[in-house]
Amino acid sequence: MGFWSGFAIPTVVIVLQIVAIILPLLVAVAYLTYAERKVLAAMQLRQGPNVVGPFGLLQPLADGIKLLGKETIIPSGANRVLFVAAPMLTFLLALVAWAVIPFQAGWVLADINVGILYLFAISSLGVYGIIIAGWASNSKYAFLGGLRSAAQMVSYEVSIGLVIITVLLCAGSLNLSKIVEAQRTIWFAIPLFPMFVVFFVSALAETNRAPFDLPEGESELSGGFNVEYSSMTFALFFLGEYANMILMSAMTVILFLGGWLPPLDIPPLNWIPGVVWFALKIAMVLFVFIWVRATVPRYRYDQLMRLGWKVFLPFSLLYVVATAGVLVAFDWLP
Amino acid sequence: MAFLDRTARSFFLAELVSGMGLTFSYMFKPRATINYPHEKTPLSPRFRGEHALRRYPNGEERCIACKLCEAVCPALAITIEAEPREDGSRRTTRYDIDMTKCIYCGLCQEACPVDAIVEGPNFEFTTETREELFYNKEKLLANGDRWEPLLAANLAADAPYR
Repeated sequence: MGFWSGFAIPTVVIVLQIVAIILPLLVAVAYLTYAERKVLAAMQLRQGPNVVGPFGLLQPLADGIKLLGKETIIPSGANRVLFVAAPMLTFLLALVAWAVIPFQAGWVLADINVGILYLFAISSLGVYGIIIAGWASNSKYAFLGGLRSAAQMVSYEVSIGLVIITVLLCAGSLNLSKIVEAQRTIWFAIPLFPMFVVFFVSALAETNRAPFDLPEGESELSGGFNVEYSSMTFALFFLGEYANMILMSAMTVILFLGGWLPPLDIPPLNWIPGVVWFALKIAMVLFVFIWVRATVPRYRYDQLMRLGWKVFLPFSLLYVVATAGVLVAFDWLP
Repeated sequence: MAFLDRTARSFFLAELVSGMGLTFSYMFKPRATINYPHEKTPLSPRFRGEHALRRYPNGEERCIACKLCEAVCPALAITIEAEPREDGSRRTTRYDIDMTKCIYCGLCQEACPVDAIVEGPNFEFTTETREELFYNKEKLLANGDRWEPLLAANLAADAPYR
């Protein structure tokens, strides 16, 4: 085990693997913003971006270049270090979680045994970026947005945790690849359908998406936690939010929709490589994200809290107990 | 029964699902918006856009400097000065419209006894400086020459209702 075979080559391989994950992810983020604008436009009888490039396909690129060219404004009252660190943290956490996501059987950067816990921990840390941004901006709107975001994410993480426990009971492993393999007979979305819905709604709340986008409620907080941000710092928040959306969709797909597995294990369907199924399923869940945004008006804050604590928490708790009971009673524990 | 019905509806998210169905069906409807600079919506013949001073077919300007438009203008955007021309006919020496004051009410064209000042179909006359929006007689007559076919057609189309 010399320097080369023991250290240098594995490092290079890992860096290449990281690039192979991050680059498609960033492209996906860019085109998610495009898809969102197009789908929203279609549902609101509008055109959507259609000027930059064919069908407006270069719009995300143009937006990115525009943001890069802007001046970064740091408010005089802001805590400069934290103000700049917050968007970086948000973006970093949105990317770091992808380390454990299995794209196909064996296609995973870090195949750790507690993958789901890692994901849960990272997505919980995401609130720090927002609350730091809210505090460091030294602006009342940003501060209120940050507070709301913290309260909201904490509330919905509880039910997400319980949903994950239900899935773990059925899968018998914390390893994401094993969870996917456990769904070979039937996707968990079918026996655990109510949990699937709870998870999806909580994912909406966790990523601060409509109808739970109170932290950035532009009508009352004029933009929420990111009012004071501009240029690249804003772009990082934006990228982070959309990367988080894709991450939560990936989690939904892995936990409930059978990850890279084809819908039916029969010839024409299982010829398609698993990574394609994985991407297709993620795209489908993301479409629902956008679809919900086009349909549902924003929740009031007390309604949001009521839904989190008084509906989802008891319901998912009950379902955990019921699932465990059924699994033990019929001796189905994996 | 009503209680059961209501509970079942809220548990199965009936309203949410029907709402989602509605937005989904809208996705396949034809777009309501158009690509504005390339496509335009039809305009009424009564559309009140940029002003123009018209001429008779023989080239004589219509305005007789009666100053009714100046008097009726609620925004005081019109300024007229007049004196007899060499041939004795009464004409304006100055006819200015401050387009930044104008509210496009159309009272000037209502007041005009000879259909000289009209508001045409043109609404794309933005400028880069404020000064360019202080129209003088020359500019208004040039507008009239430019838009005359449309202006005449619009007046003719609206005439039966006047």
